[in-house]
Formats: sequence, structure tokens, C-alpha cells
Amino acid sequence: MIPLQVAILLVVATAGTAVVLSRDPLRQAVVNGAYGLVLTLLFVVFQAPDVALSMVVIGSIAYPLVLLVAIKKVRAHEDGEE
Amino acid sequence: MSPRARLAVFGCAGAGLAALLFWGLAGLPAFGHYQGAYGNQLEREVMPERHTTNLVGAVVFDYRGIDTLGEEFILFTAVMGVTLLLRKNREQEIEDAPDDTVRSDAVRIAGLFLVAPTFLLGLWVAAFGYVTPGGGFQGGVVLAGALLLVYLTGGSRRYTGVTPLTAVEMAEASGAGAFVALGLAGLIAHGAYLHNFLGAGRQGTLESGGSIPLVNWATALAVTTAMLLLFKEFLEEYSVPVARRRG
Repeated sequence: MIPLQVAILLVVATAGTAVVLSRDPLRQAVVNGAYGLVLTLLFVVFQAPDVALSMVVIGSIAYPLVLLVAIKKVRAHEDGEE
Repeated sequence: MSPRARLAVFGCAGAGLAALLFWGLAGLPAFGHYQGAYGNQLEREVMPERHTTNLVGAVVFDYRGIDTLGEEFILFTAVMGVTLLLRKNREQEIEDAPDDTVRSDAVRIAGLFLVAPTFLLGLWVAAFGYVTPGGGFQGGVVLAGALLLVYLTGGSRRYTGVTPLTAVEMAEASGAGAFVALGLAGLIAHGAYLHNFLGAGRQGTLESGGSIPLVNWATALAVTTAMLLLFKEFLEEYSVPVARRRG
């Protein structure tokens, strides 16, 4: 394993931990987007460009959108009950 | 359950999972020492047989096409599930939808410069899916992402303008249907479902891979529209509660 691969694995592990440790859902959604980008780099480093292409779009566009709308919906629901 | 008891249960479960993971890790082949028989065989045979330079594309749309058909229908069913669940809660028309006009010039200009290149990138990733890394699935998601940028810069009215619901739904069904029909064409021509039924063509060009390009484009169409439907349902879900709160 070359040093670059070791480095990117460590970065992914750090980013994954950061996602778990974010307590505010909105912040977590943003951190999760950054985690998706780091994961994309991992796939590039490990020579899986087609997986990287899927990950960059899913991780930075589709998944954050679904998360943000879900958070918005839950918050609106909570506001309505108060 | 007290926090202490919960921690104890988690500790046991976590330790057990960690032990299993390390056991599995210890049994893996050494890094970079691939041991699968199929991968090596495909590496030797795909280029002479199908003239496809992206082996992954040939595997996905030809050698294991039936798996891809299954995946395609998983996405199709998932989107139908989302539509069924979310549309039920939307009995009233959204006339007083929230004003989502984008007022930031920076966002609008950035979006304007991004929409067309992203769309082109999506077409390229889909079109050259079996020549260079990419494919209908990835390209389709990029294309849907490009159209979502229209929403982010132009608001929901512009977005609805470029993605009319009926057309998107029909395109989604045609994409999924085309995949099934191409499989039947292989069955009729060669006696096996999804068998490649066109000549291999010229290596390294768009006319390589026989019927792989057709399956690839069917997938691209189905995936683009599936993502668009998904976005649409979620975005409308976003509009409704705000409208009701105001009303």
C-alpha cells in the first residue's frame, strides 16, 4: 500500500468520525457532504474512477438534498406542534 | 433501561462486532493480491470479444446485465415507493407555495455557468460509459444533478418548466421498459436474455460493444428520470408545510 492510500484511509476514518460526532442534524448533513467528497478522493486514489463519479454526485447533490428536505420537514412539524 | 445498562449492552455488542470484523480482516487476501477467477478471465476476454475499453461497462451492461436489470428495477421501485408515500399527503394544490426566487446574484451567476457544463458532463459520462470510466448510471445521476441546479438558481417554477412531470414519468417508464425490451431482443436473436445481439464494432470508439451502448442509454434515461422524480417529490414535500403554515 502506498503512503497516499494510507493517508486517504486515515482522512476517511477521521471524516467518518466527524460525521458521527456532529450532534446538530443540519451541521451533520453538511459534514456528511464533506465526508462524501473525501470518500470520492479515496475511490480515485484506489483507482476506481467510475465509483468515484457516482459518489461525487450522490454524496454532494442527491443525498444532501434528501437530508436537508427531511430536516426541514421535521422542524416544520415540530414548529407546528408548539 | 438506565444509561449504565445501555452502555453495558452496547459494550458487549460493540466488542462482539469488532471481534468479528477483525476476524474477517485477518482472513482477507493481502492488499493488491486479487484472487477472483472471473475478474482475470474477463480481463483477458472482454477486449477481443466486445471491443469495449471500459471493462466495467462491459461487465455491467453485458456479462452481468441481468443483475443491472435488477438494480435498475430496485431504483424504479424505490422511486415508486417514495412517490406513493409522499403524494398521499398532498391532497391540496400548492397555490401559495413559498417564494423561492433566488436573490443572491453570486448564486445565480454561479448556477448559470454550472448548469450547461454539468449537463454536458453528464451526457459525456453516459455516452462514453463503455469507452472510458463512467456509464449510464453515473451519467444519469450527473444529468439529474444538472437539472437540480436549475432549481437552485431559478426556483421551483423554472425547475418545473424544464422537468414536466408527465414527460419525466413517461421517460422513466420508457427507460426501464427499453432495458427489458433489449433483453428480449437478445433472447430472440441468440436464445439468451440480454445476450449481446450486435457486432462488436471498432475498439475505443462509440460504436464498440455491440448492444452495450443501447442498454447503457436505456439505463441513463431511466436513472436520470428516476432521480428527477425523487427530487421532485422531496422538493414538493418541502414546499407544502411552509405553504400550510402561512395559510
